Amino acid sequence: MKTNRAVRSPGGLSVRLDVRTLVVVVLLLVAALAASVVLIGTGDFEIPAADVLRTLFGEGNASQEFIVNELRLPRVLVGLLVGASLGLGGALFQAISRNPLGSPDVLGLGQGATAGALTMIVLFSGGATQVTLGALMGGLVTGLGIYLLAWKQGVHGYRLVLVGIGMSAIVTAINGYLLTRADIVDAARAVVWMTGSLDGRDWNQVWPLLALCAVLVPLVLANGRGLRMMEMGDDISYALGVRVERVRMLLLVAAVLLTAAATAAAGPVSFVALTAPQLARRLTRSPGPNLLPSLCMGAALLVTADWISQRAFGADQLPVGVVTGVLGGVYLLWLLVTERKAGRI
Amino acid sequence: MLVDSPPEQRAETAPAPPKRRAIRAVGLLVSVAVLVVVALASIAIGAKDLALDQVWHGLFHDSGTFGDVVVGERLSRTVLGLLAGAALGLSGAVLQALTRNPLADPGLLGINAGASAAVVTAITFLGVTSLTGYVWFAFLGAAAVGALVWFLGGSRGATPVRLALAGTAISAALFGYLQAVMIMDDAALGRMRFWTVGSLSSATDEIIWEVLPFFVVGSVLALALARPLNAMEMGDDTAKALGANLNRTRALSMLAATVLCGAATAACGPIVFVGLMVPHVVRSFTGPDLRWILPYAAILSPVLLLGADVLGRIVARPAELQVGIVTAVLGGPVFIYLVRRRRTAQL
Repeated sequence: MKTNRAVRSPGGLSVRLDVRTLVVVVLLLVAALAASVVLIGTGDFEIPAADVLRTLFGEGNASQEFIVNELRLPRVLVGLLVGASLGLGGALFQAISRNPLGSPDVLGLGQGATAGALTMIVLFSGGATQVTLGALMGGLVTGLGIYLLAWKQGVHGYRLVLVGIGMSAIVTAINGYLLTRADIVDAARAVVWMTGSLDGRDWNQVWPLLALCAVLVPLVLANGRGLRMMEMGDDISYALGVRVERVRMLLLVAAVLLTAAATAAAGPVSFVALTAPQLARRLTRSPGPNLLPSLCMGAALLVTADWISQRAFGADQLPVGVVTGVLGGVYLLWLLVTERKAGRI
Repeated sequence: MLVDSPPEQRAETAPAPPKRRAIRAVGLLVSVAVLVVVALASIAIGAKDLALDQVWHGLFHDSGTFGDVVVGERLSRTVLGLLAGAALGLSGAVLQALTRNPLADPGLLGINAGASAAVVTAITFLGVTSLTGYVWFAFLGAAAVGALVWFLGGSRGATPVRLALAGTAISAALFGYLQAVMIMDDAALGRMRFWTVGSLSSATDEIIWEVLPFFVVGSVLALALARPLNAMEMGDDTAKALGANLNRTRALSMLAATVLCGAATAACGPIVFVGLMVPHVVRSFTGPDLRWILPYAAILSPVLLLGADVLGRIVARPAELQVGIVTAVLGGPVFIYLVRRRRTAQL
């Protein structure tokens, strides 16, 4: 099958269609939505998928309405949005650092958000809203710090990664200190938050995240073309008319915002940002940043992982971050071995 | 790629070798003197400050007074700081020479994460509760992860970025495991949150005696490797031509670094950045000769570690800030400075 087609209009406008990518995006979307429906039906009170769909379209009975619309739908929506944000943010970071391991987890953004949340939990005994705000601030400040410190007549990929590793070590030490300061109840709460969990998320978390995605996702996708050129190197991109440093800064800010918002909503769910772009790339078999497929893959991954954690360990025993962590860890080791054999890193 | 010793450090105006050697030897003596001062400070300063004559009394005429007991407690802590500091500095210097990579550091290479994962396993699943019990698990975990990072980092063709990323990746994966266990087991959380930050405060004579053999063997091995590692710094081909056995040197260096760092981590918990910072600072005034770098690192690292420990006791009086936190907060900026100082072409 020829995977690239150009569609030309009589007026001279043309658009390139990557058929395989399109198919992958559609399939991933379907998978994410299907997993969401199953996830809504899962829990102490099981609801068959058909009833879930009927309720979503407003034709269920009263008790199902309450369970689906008030309790489980917002949780699943947060899961979808967080997964999508992490997938897209990860794809951006990996493309900008030109490194498959240059994800927000490695760069210490998750640690930064954790520091913000821990400050709220341990020092101020803050409620859910304060913790979310603290995490958002922590992530943004850390992202800004990494960017400024890695700046030296432009931001270079490896320097970004290495500065991120250093930053992550400092923030990890601060987190360790905060944990030792806490009493055991706060510490247990902090550890659950640090793992990433969708437990008890409601509509208050959905709206801000949805608004942010509605602004940032189109912005990022519009700049995807420049990012794709930049994979050929800064000089060639300049020659092709891409304003490299401007595009890079814009996309980095978008990536930091997406990651920080997702982390604030669900905690630093590990490895989704790392694995989603890599899996998407292997499915589309297309080089380039694969922004849209990564986004869909992130959403599908997170919802599926949440379903697995509920099925395997019972409702709300282990947060979703544990499942993504274990799966991601195994995947990461495999990635390291194969990349090494291919001589890429 | 990063290469060892940036040119500006090598390009000293070479004075006559004997004079330079004399300067370095005097510098070594001065370092020892500084170490003695810091060690005395570590005994004297704390929640209860002691005068120097009280320290003297406690050290040499122990008669069981309150001051003498305090001196005894702080003495084991100081001795452990000396040993662990030297071990971290030596293992950092050896790893940096071995990988020809100024960013190599046992903490960055995931050895600490391996030790942490092994300790939490011991606490939760095997019911080990005593600190002396942790030591062996920490040691095993460190060794396993050291070998794994070395393999995943590309063993013989290891590059700085590859090793750093392999270490970070494994640390991240093990960290996930650590958290899962801590969520399910409150008792493990209660112990681990103090262990993982790295501290000298748990030092006892028993622990010192347990890890002492490893420190001795590792240190002797590391110091003996100075000459072959010097040869290897000139590149594999030159080293071979000079008669160095590459594979043996690599294997022994990795062994020395893992034994030293594993023992230090087992005794004090993960302490990052000492092994990174000190060899760097040392290299800037000794030049690239490991026969000088290693002894200097072995003396100046405990200065840093004990200094950070004392600082941690001063800033958070009457409680204390764990030494692992102080070193990371001090060392992180140094790491970032080192990364920034290199030109883009080299990175």
